Formats: sequence, C-alpha cells, structure tokens
Amino acid sequence: MAITLTEAAASRVQNFLDSRGKGVGVRLGVKTSGCSGLAYVLEFVDDVDDDDQVFEDRGVKVVIDKKSLVYLDGTELDYGKEGLNEGFKFNNPNVKDQCGCGESFKI
Amino acid sequence: MALLQIAEPGQSAAPHEHRLAAGIDLGTTNSLVASVRSGEAQTLADEQGEHLLPSVVRYLPAGIVVGAPARDAAARDPLNTISSVKRLIGRAVDEIASIGSELPYEFVTADSSVPRLHTVAGDVTPIEVSAEILKVLGERARATLGGELSGVVITVPAYFDDAQRQATKDAARLAGLHVYRLLNEPTAAAVAYGLDRGADGVHAIYDLGGGTFDVSVLRLNKGVFEVMATGGDTALGGDDFDAAIASWMLHEAGVGDAAGRGVMRHALDVARAAKEALAHADTITLALDLPDRTWHGELTRVQMAELIDPLIRKTITTCRRVLRDAGVDSAEIEDVVMVGGSTRTLRVREKVGEFFGRAPLVDIDPDRVVAIGAAIQADVLAGNKPNDEMLLLDVNPLSLGIETMGGLTEKIIPRNTTIPVARAQEFTTFKDGQSAMAIHVVQGERELVSDCRSLARFELRGIPAMVAGAARIRVTFAVDADGLLQVEAREQTSGVSASVEIKPSYGLTDDEITGMLQASIAHAQEDMDVRRLVEERVEAQRVIEALNAALASDADELLSADERGAIEAALARLLQTAEQSQKPAEIEAAIKQLEKDCEFYVERRMNSNIRKAMAGHRVDDFSKEDGPGAGS
Repeated sequence: MAITLTEAAASRVQNFLDSRGKGVGVRLGVKTSGCSGLAYVLEFVDDVDDDDQVFEDRGVKVVIDKKSLVYLDGTELDYGKEGLNEGFKFNNPNVKDQCGCGESFKI
Repeated sequence: MALLQIAEPGQSAAPHEHRLAAGIDLGTTNSLVASVRSGEAQTLADEQGEHLLPSVVRYLPAGIVVGAPARDAAARDPLNTISSVKRLIGRAVDEIASIGSELPYEFVTADSSVPRLHTVAGDVTPIEVSAEILKVLGERARATLGGELSGVVITVPAYFDDAQRQATKDAARLAGLHVYRLLNEPTAAAVAYGLDRGADGVHAIYDLGGGTFDVSVLRLNKGVFEVMATGGDTALGGDDFDAAIASWMLHEAGVGDAAGRGVMRHALDVARAAKEALAHADTITLALDLPDRTWHGELTRVQMAELIDPLIRKTITTCRRVLRDAGVDSAEIEDVVMVGGSTRTLRVREKVGEFFGRAPLVDIDPDRVVAIGAAIQADVLAGNKPNDEMLLLDVNPLSLGIETMGGLTEKIIPRNTTIPVARAQEFTTFKDGQSAMAIHVVQGERELVSDCRSLARFELRGIPAMVAGAARIRVTFAVDADGLLQVEAREQTSGVSASVEIKPSYGLTDDEITGMLQASIAHAQEDMDVRRLVEERVEAQRVIEALNAALASDADELLSADERGAIEAALARLLQTAEQSQKPAEIEAAIKQLEKDCEFYVERRMNSNIRKAMAGHRVDDFSKEDGPGAGS
C-alpha cells in the first residue's frame, strides 16, 4: 500500500507548509458527499491521529486515515495548471466513474 | 479533474461548495486582486503574468478597454480614457469642480448630484468606471480560482467618508461582486503582517506611492484596529523623486530648465531607472540622450539621497504631526509597516527607520501588501478558517451625531467605536405644540455644527401637540460593517418616524477630512468655551420662551400693570444679556436674577393652578380633616 507525490506536488506542499509556519504534513482522504459518491479531502496536518497511516515521499509526510486508504491506495498526488487556475490533482487508479467536474468520484 | 487546494485541518469544503474569496486593492494608479490558496495569500496575475492592473478605463464606441492598453492610450485619447477615478468616486458635482480643473475630462452637467463624464460611449459616472476595473479583477479571480466568488473585501483609504465608501460598494455591486466588507488600507497592511494576531499595541503604516503619501497610526486593542490619526499629502510621491533626479541631471548636462517636453519625458524615465537601480548598487552610470548629443554621468546613492532628502523630510514632518494627533510618542510605536512602491527606495526606509527608532517591516512586496491583507480578511469572512480565528473589526473614524438647539453637536456614536454598532438617544421638543423636528446629521469632532461636516438633513413630522419637553423622540444611529450610516427618528408616544440613509452626495477633500481630527484637538478649549456659552444661551431662551407663554396665558388675571411691567423689563434684560454677553457665567447669573424677580409670579401661578384644580370639589375630597377653608 502506498501513496506517492510527483516532484511538483512535493515541492508545492513543502512551500505551503513553510509559509504556513506550522504543520507536519498533508492529509489526503475521502468523504462521502458530492454529486457522484465520494469526494477528496486535502488538508494541512497539525496532529496525527491513532488510526492514521503516515507515508513519506520526497521528504513530505502524507497522512491518511485507514478507511480512506482503501479508496486511495496507489494514488499519486500531482500539481498542475489549467489556464490561470492551478492546484493539486489526485491520480487515483481506483476510480471507475466521476462526475463531470471531477470533484467527486465512484469506485 | 478539478484542481484542489490544501485546506486548514477539518475545513475541507464539500464538492461545489468551495468558498472562494478575494481581496481587492482598488488603487488610484494601479489595482490588485489577491486570494488565499493552500493557506498562502498571493496576488493573482493575468494571462501575461502581470499582477498590477493599471486603474485606467478607456471608452470606445466598440467597447471598453481596462488596464495597460487603456493607460498607454491616455495621451492620445484623453477625453475617453479615465484614470485616477478614485479621486472622483463618491464626490458631489460641486466638490469635483474644485479638483476637476486639473482633470482633462468633460463633465456633463446633469440634475443629479452625481457627476458624469462625457465619452464617445456615452456619459459615465465614477461608480461605473470603478465597476469596470472591479469586473476585470473579479473575472481574473474567477478564472484563477476556478469558480464563482462567494465574496470580496475591498480596501479604501482610512480617510474615505461614508459617501465614498457607499460609492465603492455600489461599484462592486455593479461589477457583480458581493462585498463582505470594506477594509481600511492601513488596517489591511497591518493584517498582511499578522499584527492583528500579535499583542495589543500601536503601529504606524507609512504608505508612499507614486503620487500620494499617507501615514496612519493604528492601535490594536483586543483584536480591533482603531485608526488613531491619519495624515498625508495627495501630491507627494515617488514621481517627485524622479522629477528631482531628472532636474539635477538636466542641470548637470547643461540643459537646465530649457528642456523640451520630449527631453523632459526621457529624463524622467532615466531618473526612474536610476532610482530603482540604486536600490541594489552604490553607484550607477547615466546616459541621457539630448537632441544634439548624449550626456554621460554618474549618480551615487549619497548623491541621490541629497536630492530626495527634502521630499522625505516632508513625509517625516507629517509623521511627526500624525503622532502628535494620535497622542503617542515615536518610542511607543511597535511596528512600522511600509506600503507603496516608493518605499523600495533605501533612503526612505533609512529615514523612516531613523524617525521611528526601529527598522520598518519590508518583507512583503509593498505594492501588494494591502491586497494580501484584504485577501486574508476575505478568507476569514468566507468561513475558511477555524472558528477560533478572530474576526477583525473596524471602527468609525469620525464621530457621528446630530445638531441640537443653538447649533451644538450632540455626538451619538463617538469616533473609534467598533462597528457595526447602533446607538440611540432621546430628544425632546423645545416649544409648546411643536409638531415637527428637523434632524441634521453631522460628522466630526468639533462642538459647533458649523465646524463639522453636514451629512444629511431630514424632518420628523406629525409629532402630536404637547407642551415643550414632553415629547420623546428617539434618534437611532446604526452603522453597518462597512461604515455606512442609517439614522431614524421616532416619536415614542405616537410612533411616527422618519429615517435617512446616508447617500453619496456629500464629501470633503482628503486634506479637510484628515484636518478635521487635528482641528478638534487644536480647538478643544475654545470649543468647550463656545459650548458652555451656547448652552447658557439656549437655557436663557428656554426660560424666556416659558415665561412668555405663562404671561400670555394668565398675566392679566394675576399681575397688576406695574408688576407685569417689572417682569417684562427683567425679561428684556435677560434677552439682552443672552444676546450680547460672551461670558457663560454672566448669562447664568442673569437667568438666576430673572427667576428671582419672577418668584412671586411663579408662586401666584402655582396657587392659582391649585385653586383651579380644586374648584368644583369639596374640601372633603382632599382631606377628611378640616381644610383651610378652600372650596367654601
């Protein structure tokens, strides 16, 4: 089981953590809501919980709760640009179907 | 798939419920939009990578152009290219007449008090011009953040009055933006440096732009920034540095004041480049193209300092005055925040640091710091922060009140009250049977209405007939989060009411507004004296009014001709004293004297009233014991 980051995503996360001035890493997760089943969670981590699993890739700690890991195993976090907009992308191999906007998905 | 941003722990938004918010610095020369993304506040760039949007709008028959292309066309097409519209927004026609002479635009005379500018695309108001700038920034934010904005925070100068603030909000509405609130520019700069999360204390914000200078002293008190004093110069900035350097170069080159427009323009460009280069080097070489030759020279940091020091000194003098107005010593200033591109000049930082006795804060790009503070505030208001992060409040910069008898101001909301706020006070009628009351809303610190700024007038009509002093009229002042004022007057027994919302039809020049605070301090004693004098005069008038009413009703019955003559003579003496004396104590004594002269009359009236009240009743109605023969 593993979660990975692209070089671009890793350096962005590190920059954002540095400018925020606190936090141990980035949390990936899923929650049940949205127009097509599940939605991604992407948050700063100040505290690691007991049922969290911690991965480290390219020097960045990725925190994920065990329930979410089932849906996200093998995911690569990427950072990209679309026109003026830029942000993080989940490349999740488990996804079977997603809503048009891509903010929620089904497996 | 959609691009995501990192949220604060527990603050991940549900899909399609991202609360996108932006901060907008709507500047005189340039404007900026910023937003907090993945916990970091950044200004947003356009497709060309430019962050600054020149605040210039050009009207063409085919459409509207905003930004750099409009600015570049300003010289060719001055009538249809509107720049520095911030100087016009929220101003009335007659106010613009005083500053309009410097502006190249054609003003249309209309019946409305809002000025209109004539362009080939039709007549436009300053609000519409500002809205065009805001539309471009709003669109940039939508494109960059990837969705609709839930709201924006727009910054305005601390000295902006209600009319200018309302007009700015109107412009945002016209641009399709929801305004969470307006934020004072110096407050935004302080927020950008996180000073609102620090300990309570006093901070100075030094803002030197291209053409304007502002300095503000803020006090952070329990998470609230109060503007203690502001000051500035609307015609002093980095452009003046360039002019001083250019003039020196032309003098060195032997051209002197005889330079033509083209040479002058070129010299200013060389001067600006030299100024910017000297931020990184001690000495630079200069090359100035003249019609017949190229002049070569050298400029050192020390030389430049000599040239611009007189200008910097002017800003320091203003800082000193603002500190004095705020009643603080430079040693009490905790932090000095640098805002505006001209604070990049090292000599400015050095001199400001020297004056305040500490190194100024310069880490955040001084052109962007206001927009960044606005973005941080917008992010909090959008609800993207955990609840324990405090909500920054603002204060009203000048006291708000109404005019009372004798032309005195009664302050209802004192300055530096945190807003939003609502305060009410009860007033009463001055004359018997008074059926209407004029409410005159004023803004300012002085005791006399004539020294304050008139905001609005309205009338409360339909007050039921009552004796003077019996009516209870409740006047409520409500200021919303943007500093906009609503005033309501309601007569309590009958419920009749009238209200007014302060509309953008009044205003003052920047200097006058900043001057108002200073004047109130300079004239404090004098104002006190005048207030006492006017109060005594009003009291004298009230006594005269009441006595006249009494004489008219029962003097014939109760007084002999001689007695009446004596009272009328005493009355005339008070009237004369009240009108002519400059000493409150004298008027007070005259009132006492009149009361003494009339004592016997007052006593008789009282007895007569008691008799009237008892007439028709038997003594037994009042007392079971035997009374003193009354009623028999």
